[in-house]
Amino acid sequence: MIAHLPLKLVVQELMVMRGMRRIITGITMSADAGEAIVLTGPNGVGKTTLLRALAGFLPLADGKIRLEGKPEDSTIGEACHYVGHLNGVKPHLTVMETLRFFSALLGGGTGRAALAAGRLGLDTLADIPAGYLSAGQKRRLGLARLLCAERPLWLLDEPAVSLDAHSQALLAGVVGEHLASGGIVIAATHTDLGWANMKTLDLTAAALAARADAI
Amino acid sequence: MSAFWALIIHELRLARRRGGARATALGFYLIVVAALPLGLGPDLNLLSRIAPGVLWVALLLSALLTADRMFQDDYEDGSLEILALGALPLEMIVLAKSIAHWLTVGLPLLLVAPLLALLLNMEARAYGPLMLTLLAGTPAVSFLASIGAALTLGLSKGGVLLPLLILPLYVPVLIFGVSAIDAAVTGPGSFASPFSILCALSLVSAVLAPLAAAAALRLNLQ
Repeated sequence: MIAHLPLKLVVQELMVMRGMRRIITGITMSADAGEAIVLTGPNGVGKTTLLRALAGFLPLADGKIRLEGKPEDSTIGEACHYVGHLNGVKPHLTVMETLRFFSALLGGGTGRAALAAGRLGLDTLADIPAGYLSAGQKRRLGLARLLCAERPLWLLDEPAVSLDAHSQALLAGVVGEHLASGGIVIAATHTDLGWANMKTLDLTAAALAARADAI
Repeated sequence: MSAFWALIIHELRLARRRGGARATALGFYLIVVAALPLGLGPDLNLLSRIAPGVLWVALLLSALLTADRMFQDDYEDGSLEILALGALPLEMIVLAKSIAHWLTVGLPLLLVAPLLALLLNMEARAYGPLMLTLLAGTPAVSFLASIGAALTLGLSKGGVLLPLLILPLYVPVLIFGVSAIDAAVTGPGSFASPFSILCALSLVSAVLAPLAAAAALRLNLQ
């Protein structure tokens, strides 16, 4: 599905600071096409910080992030989907309007909105304003933007929050298809997502190292 | 460019469904202009002399009243992150949102200005220049407001700070807007020169304000 060169995400000796505080340091990891990395560790360990740094929201204090195989002139931000804690859903827009806007904004083609709605079980809710959705349905709508435009790298922050077992299975299916087509997924989570073909990276050591360096 | 138009249409649709912003700005404009004769007394000569200036100042305040929401909702619900990773650079996003702000707030204010001018007994020959200067100057009002909206994002009392930051930037727009009307109505001097500067202010702010606001948004996304 993804027509780029073989993809590879390489992170070398990454250090990220927030204000004057080092959050994580010495992160080295790599993911090949079709691989998922799950970031684990206790609350406040820096999972969200790492994901936001990968998306390009946070400046890097040290180290490098490279995404091989993305189009030459694009940034990693343009090659990734970032789904954070917030869903980016407007209560006044219907489910379908939201998805159409996502696909126009993110550069997906026409027809992808309907596809995304179908894959995440939102097609029966298409004309309902998003403000009336339950927390789990809103989360599915937020996640549906992964399918609104084709992007090789997916950064997911607690993707399964407030999803029921059926929706979690839908998510696992969508993620599985993305990996099978040669994409990369980096997810932060506390729960067992039950995805195939994933590596785990515990950030506790990186956070401890950051604190030790600061002393 | 389709993402650019999609964003403008999205903003207009949201503004229509949410209501609020335009009605607030229009109501405020009406009240300020209507309250003025009550404070100054029924001196029709005085009112007609100060009418253009009053209409301009009240319009700036009314437009600022709604400016703090320009990015606030997107920031709070996570849409700003999606916008930042979208196909458009943040500068173009600011430009699109400023245009949408002008269409939802600036344009309605501009259209009711001649009605409010009746309350102030404005001279008949001032109507044309008033509308021309408002048309040329109000885009600058929306563009400059985007800087303040982006800078005060995430501050709990941002709406209070925003006028303090942005009103000084409106001073040139106000000076050249009102002096163009004065030149056309009472002379001496030509209407064209202050009016050209007013147009230039709008064009310059259309280029520079998105750069400044996008830089502020990037800081707020960290």
